[in-house]
Amino acid sequence: MTTAIEITGLTKKFGDVTAVDGVSLSVQNGEIFGFLGPNGSGKSTLIRMLCGLIVPTAGSAHVAGYDILNETDDIRQTIGYMSQQFSLYEDLTVWENVNFYAHVYGLKGENLKRRRNDVIDLTHIGPFRDRRASALSGGWKQRLALSCALVHEPKIIFLDEPTAGIDPVARRELWDLFFQLSGLGITLFVTTHYMDEAERCSRVGYIFNSKLITFGEPDDLKKLPDVTPAGARWVEVTCPNTTVALGALKRATYVRDATIFGQSIHLLMDSSDRLDRITETLEQIGIRGAEVTAARPSLEDVFVTLTKRFAGNGNLAK
Amino acid sequence: MFKGFTSIFYKEVIQISRDPLTLALMMLVPMIQLMVFGYAINTDVRNIKTAVYNLDPGPQSRELLQAFENTDYFKIFRYVESDDELNSSIITGRVKIGIKIPPDYSDRLLTNRQATVLVLIDGSDSSIATQSLQVASQVGLTESLARLSTQLQSSLSRTSQLPIEVRPKMLFNPDSRSANFMVPGLIAIILQIITTLLTAFSIVREREQGTLEQLLVTPVRPFGLMLGKLVPYGLIGIVETFTVLTVMRLVFDVPIKGSLLLLLGLSILFLFTALAIGLLISTKAQSQMQALQLAWLIMLPSVLLSGFMFPRESMPAIMRFIGYLVPATHFMEIIRGIVLRGATLVDLLPEVLTLIFMGIVLLVLSAFRFRKKLA
Repeated sequence: MTTAIEITGLTKKFGDVTAVDGVSLSVQNGEIFGFLGPNGSGKSTLIRMLCGLIVPTAGSAHVAGYDILNETDDIRQTIGYMSQQFSLYEDLTVWENVNFYAHVYGLKGENLKRRRNDVIDLTHIGPFRDRRASALSGGWKQRLALSCALVHEPKIIFLDEPTAGIDPVARRELWDLFFQLSGLGITLFVTTHYMDEAERCSRVGYIFNSKLITFGEPDDLKKLPDVTPAGARWVEVTCPNTTVALGALKRATYVRDATIFGQSIHLLMDSSDRLDRITETLEQIGIRGAEVTAARPSLEDVFVTLTKRFAGNGNLAK
Repeated sequence: MFKGFTSIFYKEVIQISRDPLTLALMMLVPMIQLMVFGYAINTDVRNIKTAVYNLDPGPQSRELLQAFENTDYFKIFRYVESDDELNSSIITGRVKIGIKIPPDYSDRLLTNRQATVLVLIDGSDSSIATQSLQVASQVGLTESLARLSTQLQSSLSRTSQLPIEVRPKMLFNPDSRSANFMVPGLIAIILQIITTLLTAFSIVREREQGTLEQLLVTPVRPFGLMLGKLVPYGLIGIVETFTVLTVMRLVFDVPIKGSLLLLLGLSILFLFTALAIGLLISTKAQSQMQALQLAWLIMLPSVLLSGFMFPRESMPAIMRFIGYLVPATHFMEIIRGIVLRGATLVDLLPEVLTLIFMGIVLLVLSAFRFRKKLA
């Protein structure tokens, strides 16, 4: 596998504010790289630098082997970009939008027809080809945006929160499409808020307060010693009245950390203590029938734990 | 450098055709403006309502009133019976002029003493006031001269001709019709408003909707994008010019004295400056609302200081200077020169050169800012 994106110490400052702070990472060809982080942590700024939309303050990066500082023309022909908000022409039809972008990328004749049909087949948007973009639902709008971003056969696509605000079914279908693209050898760089989406990525990176905190395969991240310190283990508790239970467990001396995870509670407890102690603690406050099982940390646990450690270190540094 | 021009141009044409309301307004609003400015705004003062308080019983006073009416400027609307009534007629706005003839008017004239006539003028409307003042003084002067000459005639028994007669002759626009003056100027204003606003709006809209950013990750170059935006609106401006010129010629019956080709050529030159202003606005404005406000900044001096409504000669130096900086001022001279006076390119060279200079400066400046803002 060769490198699709190589980032070295990339930094962007807007006045006094540092939006991206010395980020270094590499993305391999054909992988789906998930880029996570809270709002305002610098995800979009990083993507916009990689697309050549803004110039970095320091550091360097290569996209498909091209330098983002002085080979932006080559980068533009090689990448596709789907921004956070839907940004196609709402007063044009699906067909006209795809056609416009095909022309913009300089496609002509037979090649143009072939590509146009290919992306429309791939995204299954054919039945809506004469509909105005403004009249499409959220999921179909994203499919149209994807069609337009794919029409020139890019090797790498940047997707900035492609699934924000669309319904779960459309979200799943869109991800199926991403896997299909990955299967075609296209590299995807996806930012997201959703942990279930992150779990599906081949590798993920987590950015917090403009700094890249960690990156790697989801399974490797879960095994990080920082996430599961020596003498501690992750446990999943399923019980009624989760919020009350969480309060009680957080106060328990043997519990290091606890968060709600879906319908259950994830907690990090001392390995020396028995699982039964949890059932006992809960029974003391009148919650019965709790199921306690040993668990692996979820990606969310990983990021929450790392963020806390990072913020703690930050405080110490002051 | 111009990559993407045809794609953007074609897309822009589709988008314009998708918005029939805007397209209709683009054609309709200028027509309404033409009708309003062409018909309603009439600076020719005629038939000013006049009240008369005549205390003199003699025929001399009636002759004087007849002389006033013969000028066509004064129309005797009512006769009043007291000073109070005369005053209140003016205050209430029923009349603009009050004429009071004292009881001894005829007596004094017959005994060769100076007779006095009081003319009250409502000064609240300055154009009516100045004209009435002029005409009233003239009536007095003419009447006095006529009387003097009869007196001289009786003593010297010579011809009753006045020694000097001034014969003014209007060279252009002989009837002093407002429409002839207003309508050509209006073309300048309409072209400026339409092209500046449409260009600025179409670019700022792309910024608002995020499509501008999407375009920038494609191989489209800023110049291609810029031209793709300017050319469609430039074409609309040219169609608009034709339409307005046709209406001016056929509906308002304003003859075009000079070369139509020259007029069209210079209109296109002016269009470029207006488009460049639109482009310049779009590099600054983040929303269509801001674009509108910025456009007003240019529009106001174009309407008020360009000589379109008020003569520039009577403006204070600073206002005249601001007006000079607005392209519309120079195009106003050009279009009035060609339409009304039959001016040729050589006659208009100073204005044309100024406009070319402004066009180049604006286009380079906006292109530079546009590039910088995007890249």
